[in-house]
Amino acid sequence: MGEHAFGQPLTRLEDDALLRGAGRFSDDRRLPNEARAVVLRSPHAHARIASLDATAAMRLPGVLAVLTGEDIAVDGPGPVISEINLPSFPKVRPPPGPVRKPEQPVLAQGRVRFVGEPVAMIVAETEDAARDAAEAIEIDYDVLPAVVDMSKAVSGDTAIWPEAPDNVAFEWHGGDPEATKAAFAKAAHVSRLTVVNNRISGAAVETRIALGVYDGRYTLTTGTQMPHGIKATLARMLKVEPGQVRVISEDVGGSFGLKNSLYVEHALVLWAAKRLGRPVRWVSDRAEAFSSDYAARDNLTTVELAMDADGRFLGLRVDTLAALGAYISPKGLTSPVNNSPAYAGVYRTPAIHVRVRGIFTNTVSTDVYRGAGRPEALYALERTVDAAARETGRDPIALRKLNLIQPSDLPLATPLGLNYDSGHFEQVLDRALAEARHKSYPARRDDSAVRGKLRGFGFAHLCERVAGGWSEGAELRIENGKATVYAGTMANGQGHHTFYAHLVAIKLGLKLEEIGFVQGDTDKIADGHGTGGSASLVLGGSALHGAIEEVIRKAKPQAAERLEAAEVDVEFDDGSFVVAGTDRRLPFSDLVKDLKVSGYHHFKPTNHTYPNGCHVAEVEIDPETGEIAIQRYLVVHDFGVILNPLLLKGQIDGGIAQGLGQALMERIVYGKDGQLLTGSLMDYQLPRAADFPPIDFVSCPTPAPSNPWGVKGCGEAGCAAAPPAVVNAVIDALQPYGVRHLDMPLTPEKVWRAMQGAR
Amino acid sequence: MYSFEYQKAGSVADAAKAATGEAKLVAGGMTLIPTLKLRLAQPSKLVDLGGLKDLVGIKAEGGGVTIGAMTTHAAVASSAEVKKAIPALAALAAGIGDPAVRNRGTIGGSVANNDPAADYPAACVALGATIVTSKRKITADDFFKGLFETALEEGEVITAISFPAPEKAAYMKFRNPASRYALVGVFVAKTKGGVRVAVTGAGEGGVFRKKSFEEALGKSFAGSALDGVKVDAKGLNSDIHASADYRAHLIKVMAKRAVDAAK
Repeated sequence: MGEHAFGQPLTRLEDDALLRGAGRFSDDRRLPNEARAVVLRSPHAHARIASLDATAAMRLPGVLAVLTGEDIAVDGPGPVISEINLPSFPKVRPPPGPVRKPEQPVLAQGRVRFVGEPVAMIVAETEDAARDAAEAIEIDYDVLPAVVDMSKAVSGDTAIWPEAPDNVAFEWHGGDPEATKAAFAKAAHVSRLTVVNNRISGAAVETRIALGVYDGRYTLTTGTQMPHGIKATLARMLKVEPGQVRVISEDVGGSFGLKNSLYVEHALVLWAAKRLGRPVRWVSDRAEAFSSDYAARDNLTTVELAMDADGRFLGLRVDTLAALGAYISPKGLTSPVNNSPAYAGVYRTPAIHVRVRGIFTNTVSTDVYRGAGRPEALYALERTVDAAARETGRDPIALRKLNLIQPSDLPLATPLGLNYDSGHFEQVLDRALAEARHKSYPARRDDSAVRGKLRGFGFAHLCERVAGGWSEGAELRIENGKATVYAGTMANGQGHHTFYAHLVAIKLGLKLEEIGFVQGDTDKIADGHGTGGSASLVLGGSALHGAIEEVIRKAKPQAAERLEAAEVDVEFDDGSFVVAGTDRRLPFSDLVKDLKVSGYHHFKPTNHTYPNGCHVAEVEIDPETGEIAIQRYLVVHDFGVILNPLLLKGQIDGGIAQGLGQALMERIVYGKDGQLLTGSLMDYQLPRAADFPPIDFVSCPTPAPSNPWGVKGCGEAGCAAAPPAVVNAVIDALQPYGVRHLDMPLTPEKVWRAMQGAR
Repeated sequence: MYSFEYQKAGSVADAAKAATGEAKLVAGGMTLIPTLKLRLAQPSKLVDLGGLKDLVGIKAEGGGVTIGAMTTHAAVASSAEVKKAIPALAALAAGIGDPAVRNRGTIGGSVANNDPAADYPAACVALGATIVTSKRKITADDFFKGLFETALEEGEVITAISFPAPEKAAYMKFRNPASRYALVGVFVAKTKGGVRVAVTGAGEGGVFRKKSFEEALGKSFAGSALDGVKVDAKGLNSDIHASADYRAHLIKVMAKRAVDAAK
């Protein structure tokens, strides 16, 4: 064996620079003669722009340009367009109707539809000059009624778009409505639960930044997950060939989906840069982030679960209202529908029917956020299963066990079109209960009671589908005595450099410091999908596998020559070329300085991977205040083969922190008039390290059969499983008060109030 | 940030003279500087008290403590004199904001600003402190006048705050989960003159005394003495973080905990 292997806890190659302040974020790239842009945003949720006068602003010192919706017709970019079509899963009846996709102009034209909508971009010599000018722009708004509540929006009293009088952008069905109806007709019991999946913010530490340059070609520097996707969209908006646009992304300070899609500011800085012949920088402040970053989640879902007299699941019916915002963001149609197959969960539910309606509201658009629909589905499903168990007097564990998919069922085609290929769900559940010391739980509950606290035990069991929706490319170049990986993925904090180098080191026996890494420059990387959906190691890593194989194949003739053997007799084994049947070996590392070869592979998976796991939460409630303290959080998970347990744990911990944040703390609140009430971190609660106990993790792997490394992807499991696990635990603790359900976030007052109501 | 003139005060008299019209005094700047950065204030001039060494320091006097206006929260929290005379005051200072705020923010700045969710006003009122200014001495009961309003006149600068030592005291704070300011903070002090209870964070008009609690605790200084006392939600704040009802409930919970923890 070489120095490096799977399962090795390598520390991150990225950290030295980041910890020393030598990271390269978008705001670290400074160009000569830069101008600074500020975006003036709508203070109203819905209004007609009666008049806009920028003459006074233009006269202020240092002001270079004021761009408004009226200027678009002259030489401005095209609108932002929803890039996604609704998927057609098997047995979709009725087929999806047309989607009403209103276009969003890069600056408002005559009307604003949410607080924070860009109305003008001011470019000046300094930020202060641009802000002074923004304040000097005179705008008369005729305020219109606004609608922010989805249930009210569908009544159609206030239409945001004439083409959608009921504010419904689309209605989509998945699964088999007739079979589901037939299943419900046979049911001995139907459980019904309506849950809110609260609107939250990605709240990346690094706010969004765009630096535009025009020198005959457009160059945008911005933190994103998908440089190539942004490039393609920009080329269309700017009406140029894709070759005329370059997108550069270096270090990214968190994204979680919010920096996945294109934003109007990307196009605005390039437009301004071309007009002025100068680089133009725009940097979002925190308040702007809350009002203009694409928001996350925001669903209202009713689930019905039909069971027979023994508790076997017969059918599942789901009806979701999904808030899209006033406009449909580029990937805004993804989360509400694309991950609906997650409603199969780990259960043998034979018939499922999902109905989703996408709803316009006077709010900023929603878009993909860590998990992109899977966490929403899992939350609704696992809350309903818990409620069903309580309603029918069953133990939530026993009810799940009765319905779990067994290894003997695999491969299994689920009612929503997935092909589960691996996993041992019951083993995972049993292990989780054992590790969580479930048997001795009553003693802990009694101990809490002695201290005047309420204790609860809850869990959630998930099976995700990962990395099957697209393909990814990777190149490995050996030149100048060095190996360099060119990745189509784009890291935003996960540690991609570390895992790509690790894989090369394992296969080729090279030292980590000899392995370079390039990502995030569309001029240097020919094609790439980008990062999302827990897929980078699965898809990018597998593409690299093919690239390494090609490099070995191409290096073989030179190796054979050095080994003075015929090429047919030379094999590659554990980092060395060997002459078959002899002890003559040539380590690949010895050959590197003389090599100039490259391998490229584009990996297209034949199936998704199915990471699955069980998350257990134990909580204690202070009945006097309603405060929740998490006493224990344990994860038993099948992530397939584990490459680097440290990177994995980082993904698990971060995901769970975000999930617990959503469950207990985070929410974007708009007032009835559409004003944003959570416009800063003084009002939007983010989780803090001290809020949670250490998170315990046990690996219970089965290798993924659909990729060469056997890996399954780990980025989103935590934020999917943590909300139902912890909410189930809190509801368990509140059983003495007869509480059936509480909607996230479970703030102290909400918990306290539920206890008062029950008294 | 809008532009402004900057003046470093050489003496209290100098500062008092400069602090007129649209000029603003800046002590630790933990509230004012973020406000300026967000363009929410446009002072003509900032008069910086940072150089006035006379205003820094803690003196034990007559069983109590006198704290210079420019003394940081961190200094109060770690002061042996404060810990000895009024441990509840040291604990309160240790719980303000975060380490950066505690190392820059000052007691004079906090009291002069009178943020309705700040901690120090509750201590001043419950302990019966005296606010010493460049012109006079003002009792805490007379000093705090409502949201961000105080008895300070134009050109009047706080120089120190004197706290008499109580027999027993404690401060209990239920934090706003987002901002970590007091959603409800209750300072309870058993003094020679009787029990005083001050509530911060909850009232529409800023810090206030809870007379019904003082009466009940005057008869029996134990948390259970408050069991039968009703807290009216009238006059309490209601926002996305907590309704007036919940604040009313928390006032009692925090008061009981403070009484039981008082030392």
